[in-house]
Amino acid sequence: MFKIVHAEFLAPGIKRFVIEAPRIARKQKPGQFVILRIYEEGERIPVTIENSCPERGTINIVVQAAGKTTHLLNSLETGESILDVVGPLGKPSDIRNYGTVVVVGGGVGTAMAYPTAAALKQAGNRVISIVGARNQGLVILENEMRAVSDALMITTDDGSYADKGFVTDKLRQLIENGTRIDLVIAVGPIVMMKAVSEMTRKENIHTVVSLNPIMIDGTGMCGGCRVLIDGKSEFACVDGPEFDAHKVDFSVLVQRNTMYRDAEQRSLAEYQHSKPAEGKCAVTAPQGVRP
Amino acid sequence: MSPATKSKNPVSPKDRMKIPRQLMPEQPAQERAHNFEEVNLGYSAELAQQEARRCLECAKPTCTDNCPVGIDVKKFVEFIVAGDFAGAAAKIREANVLPAITGRVCPQEDQCEGKCLLSKKVKPLGIGYLERFVADYEQKMGTHVVPMVAPTGKRVAVVGSGPSGLTVAGDLIQKGHKVRVFEALHEIGGVLVYGIPEFRLPKQIVREQIDYMREMGVEFETDVVVGRTVTIDELLEEEGYDAVFIGTGAGLPQFMNIPGEHLNGVYSANEFLTRINLMKAYKFPVYDEPMLDLKGRDVAVIGGGNTALDAIRSALRLGARKAYVIYRRSDAEMPARAEEVHHARQEGIDFQMLTAPVEFLSDGKGWLTAARCVRMELGEPDASGRRRPAPIQGSEFDVPLSVAVIAIGTSANPIVQSTTPGLGTNKRGYIQASEETQRTTRKGVFAGGDIVTGSATVILAMGAGRRAANSIHEYLTTGHW
Repeated sequence: MFKIVHAEFLAPGIKRFVIEAPRIARKQKPGQFVILRIYEEGERIPVTIENSCPERGTINIVVQAAGKTTHLLNSLETGESILDVVGPLGKPSDIRNYGTVVVVGGGVGTAMAYPTAAALKQAGNRVISIVGARNQGLVILENEMRAVSDALMITTDDGSYADKGFVTDKLRQLIENGTRIDLVIAVGPIVMMKAVSEMTRKENIHTVVSLNPIMIDGTGMCGGCRVLIDGKSEFACVDGPEFDAHKVDFSVLVQRNTMYRDAEQRSLAEYQHSKPAEGKCAVTAPQGVRP
Repeated sequence: MSPATKSKNPVSPKDRMKIPRQLMPEQPAQERAHNFEEVNLGYSAELAQQEARRCLECAKPTCTDNCPVGIDVKKFVEFIVAGDFAGAAAKIREANVLPAITGRVCPQEDQCEGKCLLSKKVKPLGIGYLERFVADYEQKMGTHVVPMVAPTGKRVAVVGSGPSGLTVAGDLIQKGHKVRVFEALHEIGGVLVYGIPEFRLPKQIVREQIDYMREMGVEFETDVVVGRTVTIDELLEEEGYDAVFIGTGAGLPQFMNIPGEHLNGVYSANEFLTRINLMKAYKFPVYDEPMLDLKGRDVAVIGGGNTALDAIRSALRLGARKAYVIYRRSDAEMPARAEEVHHARQEGIDFQMLTAPVEFLSDGKGWLTAARCVRMELGEPDASGRRRPAPIQGSEFDVPLSVAVIAIGTSANPIVQSTTPGLGTNKRGYIQASEETQRTTRKGVFAGGDIVTGSATVILAMGAGRRAANSIHEYLTTGHW
């Protein structure tokens, strides 16, 4: 059992949990993730690690409610526990001094991008961060990102905060302004990572994306997380989750992530139908959150 | 028969050959094809004793020589003849810490029973059935004893709780060492829980064996991926273990690299079986992990090993309309246990032998609709000694399918190797370990099972575990490397 020592919403539907997991806290590096299972009948899902505190033996994870498990997770409070948390999984981000790095975080992906941005800054890079969200309420970790970036740009799809538009608009501006970019790291929705990748491919800018395919064990056993990289099967849990964006077959990733859509929708519907209307266990589907 | 010892067997050696091999009671094929209950129901005491009386009590028993863990078959069978079932169990336990499991999943025809003298004339002694009988008897009667041994003060970390790790743990705890087993998944048992289905190895049996280990003092820690959560060096240097055994098991599934392998509906056997066995996806939505609904669908498995049969027989039980095994060689080369092939045929699995897929076809929206296959013919033997299959020109045909499960083997999981400096690996990425002592290239570090040999069987992994336990014990007591 892994105890939740603190839980707070960062935005509607996006919650940060500080979890007692001393072994993971000691080892976690930027770019890695955990897999968790909330209760005996629960599924195993990969979740982003925002950062960790080895001294206190805690890790921070950030979860956006999308399906049943993430809704259920986001109903948990300080003092409750998660049955299984395993990690840190995946290869860490390759942190070196590249020169100028643009870190792009889309939605909850910002939580995964943040520790990488911080480590890149620490390694001496000039870090330009672009954070995108659907609306003002969903912009997360703004202060944290600002603290580790030489420049921070924010976009919202609806223009309710900062600049209206997409992260790619900002990236295009940087490219058009002649900014020297040595590396782009993009973490967020697949459509966003694909758009970033297409833009940088034309400019020959090395680009890394962090992929989040369907995954079960996360330890290199089941092969469920296979992705098509340069025409070959690779496994996000042991070969990734970060890959050279220009080699990723995004359409296969999108297609494979729809494999259980019917079951996922059924699970969520049954869960929302059965949940108590009021009280501690109630999960309010936050407004404005894309399923 | 050895003249030195007086046989307790009331039947004369000559007449023993006249007793037919006692049939294993089993669930009728038509019934069991629709449930996950165990296929074999187990011998009664009467059946077990009758079968045991068939043993010729050879002076030089070849059955034991051919057992990877060296069970004294003749002795334990003698106990059964005498009606001392607890004694039989204790005899087996001297060599094998998981008898209820090996009695169910060992390929006996290639091992003990394959060398049984009876098999020259009639059917071999049902050694596996007898092993299972005494193990189940012991469990049912609660006759197993927890041995008391003086602690040595030495501590051993075991990485992975599959057959090799459990064997190492069980053997070393009985030698007085403290043992802690680290498991990456949330359940103990490795392939015994995620891979082998309920109808062949009930999970309750695995849990009972593990509970027994706990009683003996073995500690288990789940949710630890050694190499990521903690490294081998940290276990040795910071956590104070005196030795480490690596038994991380089969690695990433292999694929055929043919077009369409990424379509929705194409699974690796590991994923397919993990969803069913570990995650109980077939009980969705009571369990949250989903899997594709197989009711009324056509399903094929590609491959001819035990994993392939486990997958396709699971698919049948989940309501598949047609269930095919597509295998590129012929019956004779199939690596699966003979009994599983027999059971699968009884259940109505359609074996498409000498057949290989060349492409998976889609509906244009990313979902599998068929496997395009070619017929094969066998040529000269290859490196494995089996005749090499070659496609027959112009023999292409399509098998309509909703789900295809690829069970053609695995490759080495890289996590431990890539995070342990100085740990030697072979060309294929598996850990180098001595065949005699299971020592790796790192002092104090031993390895065995699939992470050393590549995909093999439960009992071979246990054999490696047994050798490792012996040499770990020697290392811990002498300090010599």
